[in-house]
Order: sequence, then C-alpha cells, then structure tokens
Amino acid sequence: MTTEPDRSAGAAEQRGAATATAPPEDPPPADRPAVASAGRPKVGMADLIFKNLTRTAGLGLLALIVVIAVFLVLHATDALSANTGNFLTTEEWSPNASPPKFGVAATLYGTVVSAAVAMIIAVPVAVGIALFITVYAPRQLSSFLGYIVDLLAAVPSVVYGLWGLLVLAPHMKGIQLWLNDYFGWIPLFDADSVGRSLFVASVVLAIMILPIVAALSREVFLQVPIAHREAALALGATRWEMIRVAVLPYGKPGVISASMLGLGRAMGETIAVALVLPASFDISAHILEPAGNTIAANVANGWGEANEIGRGALIASGLVLFVVTMIVNIIARAIVARRREFSGSAA
Amino acid sequence: MSTATVSGPAVGDTADRLGLRGQSLPRWMPLAVAAGAVVVSLLIYLLTPVDSEIQIVLMAALGFVIAMTALSTAVEGGRRARDRFATTLVYTAFLLAVIPLVAVLVSVIGKGAGRLDAGFFTHSMNGIGARDVGGGIYHAIIGTVEQVLLASVLAVPFGLLVAIYLVEYGRGRVSRVISFFVDVLTGLPSIIAGLFILAFWVIALDQGFSGFAGALALAVLMIPTVVRSAEEMLKLVPNELREAGYALGVPQWRTILRVVVPTALPGIVTGVMLAVARVAGETAPVLLTVFGTNLINSNPFSGEQSSLPLYIYSQAGQPQQSAVDRAWAAALVLIIIIMVLNLAARLFAGRNRLR
Repeated sequence: MTTEPDRSAGAAEQRGAATATAPPEDPPPADRPAVASAGRPKVGMADLIFKNLTRTAGLGLLALIVVIAVFLVLHATDALSANTGNFLTTEEWSPNASPPKFGVAATLYGTVVSAAVAMIIAVPVAVGIALFITVYAPRQLSSFLGYIVDLLAAVPSVVYGLWGLLVLAPHMKGIQLWLNDYFGWIPLFDADSVGRSLFVASVVLAIMILPIVAALSREVFLQVPIAHREAALALGATRWEMIRVAVLPYGKPGVISASMLGLGRAMGETIAVALVLPASFDISAHILEPAGNTIAANVANGWGEANEIGRGALIASGLVLFVVTMIVNIIARAIVARRREFSGSAA
Repeated sequence: MSTATVSGPAVGDTADRLGLRGQSLPRWMPLAVAAGAVVVSLLIYLLTPVDSEIQIVLMAALGFVIAMTALSTAVEGGRRARDRFATTLVYTAFLLAVIPLVAVLVSVIGKGAGRLDAGFFTHSMNGIGARDVGGGIYHAIIGTVEQVLLASVLAVPFGLLVAIYLVEYGRGRVSRVISFFVDVLTGLPSIIAGLFILAFWVIALDQGFSGFAGALALAVLMIPTVVRSAEEMLKLVPNELREAGYALGVPQWRTILRVVVPTALPGIVTGVMLAVARVAGETAPVLLTVFGTNLINSNPFSGEQSSLPLYIYSQAGQPQQSAVDRAWAAALVLIIIIMVLNLAARLFAGRNRLR
C-alpha cells in the first residue's frame, strides 16, 4: 500500500491483475451492482433518497471539475486579452507592467525539460529499487524496505525543496563542472557557469518521485504470479532471464502508468522547484546554467506581487499546466487500458 | 516470492563436482569488488583535485559495475555474465537511490533537532525578524491542524458518498465519466487547486484569505484520494453480506450504511489517514489561499493563517542562518507528524485487515 492518489491510475490495472490471480474472491466490479440489486423486491422512499444523495455527490464531483475549469478560464481571459505579447510564444513574463506582456513559452519549456530529465534519472533507478525489493532482497528485508519506500513517498515536497536548496545544490557544483568539461560538446551540457540550474531542479524532482514510482512498481511486481516466476526458473532461466520473461512483461503497463504519474507529479511540483531555481525567463538548451523556471514555480514566486492582470496571467499559465498534466494522465490511462488485454491473456 | 522458495542458480556452489554449471565467481567476490571500488574512489578523492562527493559515489558505482561485469564475463561468461550484470545494476541502483533518500532524512534530523525546544512549540513568530534567533511554530501548528481538519470534514463525507455511488449504484456512462474525472482530479497539480480556490473563493466571491480557503483547496486534493481508497475497500466487501441483508428484507440503503460501510470502515479510515498525511504536507495550495502570517490566528474563517509547510517555505527563502535553522526544525516536526500519521494508518490497517 502506498499513498492513495498514486495508486489510483495503476489501481485499475492492479485490479485486473488481482482478478487474474484470484478470480473467485474478486469478481469484476462491473457485475456487482447488478448482482447487488437483483434480489430487491421493491424500492422504498428512503432508498430513492439515499441513492439520489450519492448520485448527487457523484455529479457534484463532475460539477467541481467544470467549476474549476470555468473559473480558471474566466480569470485567464481578461489577462489574455490585455496581453500585448503572444501567450504561447513570448519568453518574457511582465504581466504587471503596462502594457502587460507575458508568455508561457519559457516556463512551459522549463516544466517539460525538468520533468523529462527527472524521469530519465528516476525511472530506471526506481525500477531497480522495485526489482531489488521484490526479487533480490531476502523476504524479511523486503517487506521492511517496502515500508520504508512507502514512508519516503510521503515526505512532503517542501522538505525535498529545502534539502535541494541547502544541501544538494552546493554539492552539485562538482558534477556539473565535470559534465561541462567532458560532455560540453553536447549543447545540453554546455555552460558558461554552473549553479542552481534546471539540472539541479531535475535531480531534486528525480529524488522526490523516486519513492513514488518505486512504490507503485513494487506493487505491480508483487502481483506477478509466483507460478510464472517458478516456471521460468524451472526451465533453467537465470534470475535475470526470469525477470525478463516473467516479471517485466507482466509489470510493464503498471510501470508505465507509475512513471506517468511520477511525470505528472514532477511537472506539477511547485515548492521544491521554486526554492531551487532562480526565476528567469529564457529558453536555453544549456541545462547546467543557473537559469530557468517552471509554470508551477512561477505561480508560487510571482503571485505575491501580482496585480489583477498578473494574477490572471498566472491563472492562464496554470491552465496550460492543467491541460498538459491532464494529457499525461489520459495517456497513462490509455496505455494501461490497452496493455491490460495482453497481461490478462498472459495470466 | 523470496529467495528462500525461488532461488536463482547458486553462485560459487562447491557441490557442483561434475562441473555442469561451469566456472563461477566465489560468493565473496561482489563484496570484495565493491570494497575495492570504494577504496579506489576514496583514494581518488584524497589524492586528486576531484572534490565532489557525488562524483566520487558515482565513480565508485560505475567502477563496481564495470569490474564485476568484466570479471564475470571472463570467468562465468554468456548467460551467467548477463545475469550477473543485471544483478549488479539492480544492487547499484538500489544503493545509489538509498543515499540521497537517507541523506534527506539525516539532514532534516541533524539540522532540525538543534532548534527543537519547548519554546519552539509554544511561540509564534510575532515580532521576530529573520535575523532573530527565537520564534516558533505555534501559529503554524494551529493553522495546519485547523486547515487539515476542516478539509477532512469537507472531503471525507463527500468522497465516501461518491465511492458508495460508484460501487453500489453506479452503472453505465455516468459512473464511468465520474470515475474518469476522479482520475483527472487525482492527477491535478496541487498548485492548480490553490489557483482555483484563489480565483473562485478569494477573488470572485471576495472572501479574502483564510484558513477555510486553504481547507477548501486541500479538500479538492483530498476528495479523489478518499474516493479511490473507499472505492477499493467497498469493493472488497463480499457480496454475500449484501445478499444476506436483502434476504432479511433490509432495504438497500440500510444494508449499505449498516453492513457494507461498517465492514469496510477500517480500510476507509486507513485511506483517510493517508490522505490527511498527504495534504498536511502540501505547500502550494496553502500558499495561494491562506497567505501566511507571523501572528497566532486561531479562527480559520477570517484572516490569514500560517501552516507548517508554508512556514518552512517562508523561512527557507531567507538568507539568515537563524531563519534556515527554523526551517529545518519545522521540517523535522512536519516529517514526524506525517510519519506518525502514516505509521498509525498502517498499524490500523494491519490490525483490521479485510479479506
């Protein structure tokens, strides 16, 4: 078990996995209401009231999403119509000036790049942790480690931000200089000076989402039927071959959805990034240079001194973030839904 | 499940007299190579100008992987070498990941413990400048407790009703759409929840910054968590219990409220506690809606409040050492609160497991 929001996207898949392993105890959820209501003789007044109460709550949830979207759009439009720059391509952010000129390009770039680099660092390591806990570690140690990873996933992001700013950032100087010295010929690692850069922010994000992705992947790997693993070993597979033919194919959709959740978390992360990055608004491929900003961090940094247009501009950028994270989540769901058939037939 | 039942090819097994398994590295070899890699890296650290700890650790890891792979390819060869390579990578990944995660905890405990005294818990920041040494988190704790409690009062009944609808009544398109949007809400970045309440409650309805506005934002974040965990738990309730209720002539709503929900209650409570632990650490939504203050304000319905994450954020942003010390100490308190909530939730879940 891990913190619930992280589970949910993977949960559908895991439910599918659970039915595959133990069908009698866990009938497909879709049949249940039909069975549950089959034996009822008549529907009383109180029944109707209660049913409609829960239904209203469900619809209220839809209304909540609509209200969120409407209010964000409403507040964004005023600022967008006053904007003298192009909202999507302008690299400048001065919505409080007159005339206001702002664009989401630089912060969106920072959001995407920092989250992407964080994923590149975190996902392989997280899969390694999950494999270590489920396959390699001795049994007693493994449940204890699973526990620890779950607890680390609950550490608040502001603590990671504090640590990233005060402990990690000073220590990152050496490795950044080294990357620049030896890989400076790649534009990515070319830098005039190094410091609290997008790269440092990415490392903080990577460390932050590591336990989350690892905890979810671990749960998926635990669902792999023991029979599959034993069958592979019985055929003479080495441990790695067993992982390759039994564990990874089975766990793949779960790992992908866990990674996508981590990606969503990394893109939406505010405080850790706001503490680490110096707020600057330019698009630069040199991720080691002390520059960059993300949408979420920009909101946290900028809203204090924002006037009415400024707040509208921040809300508009928040809307962009909302849309991007929603797309990521929908892709994650689609991958899980599409892959489910495969893992289902494999079981 | 474990290496006790499913054990891979034994390494360095001397019983293999027929030589069917071919040459293998002795059991102590990985440890020896690891020690060698560490020693070499330490020498580099001491003797050359490379002075970044991170680089040294990475070099040790890389050296270990390369040396093990080379040795294994030379001695074991083929599939066994590939297996060895994978094993080495997994162990290295695990150790590399443990370092920063442990470092976070160690820094927080090491740097936070110094400021933890009675005064830290009983004083606010009233009249304390960034450079002053004193000050405390009394006002922040009050704010966090009130905001999280209010958020739970709003989110838990609502989330529970939605979950009951999805599990007990929901069918067809409406419930699929609701279920989809629960997922969308789950992925909602916390700052968006803050922006929404800012736009809706603080600006449009002109209610001003308050602890309640923060609670609203936290509730938006809590609802999908509560729905999902309650849904999972309600689904675990065996159908026989429902059918037994109907067979006795109990109406469906009473069956749900008196039989199904009580059966699932321990799991639901655990889910709620985990959700509480999660929102208690949220900074971004609180930053936009509660505003933060140095004063004690125990009324969540009017005026700015503070909260622990907000306190950490504002203190960490100051250059003075005394402010930074306060940030570390508050971070330690926040981590302890969240860990206690998490552990309590897990112990509770372990004791009252459904199934």
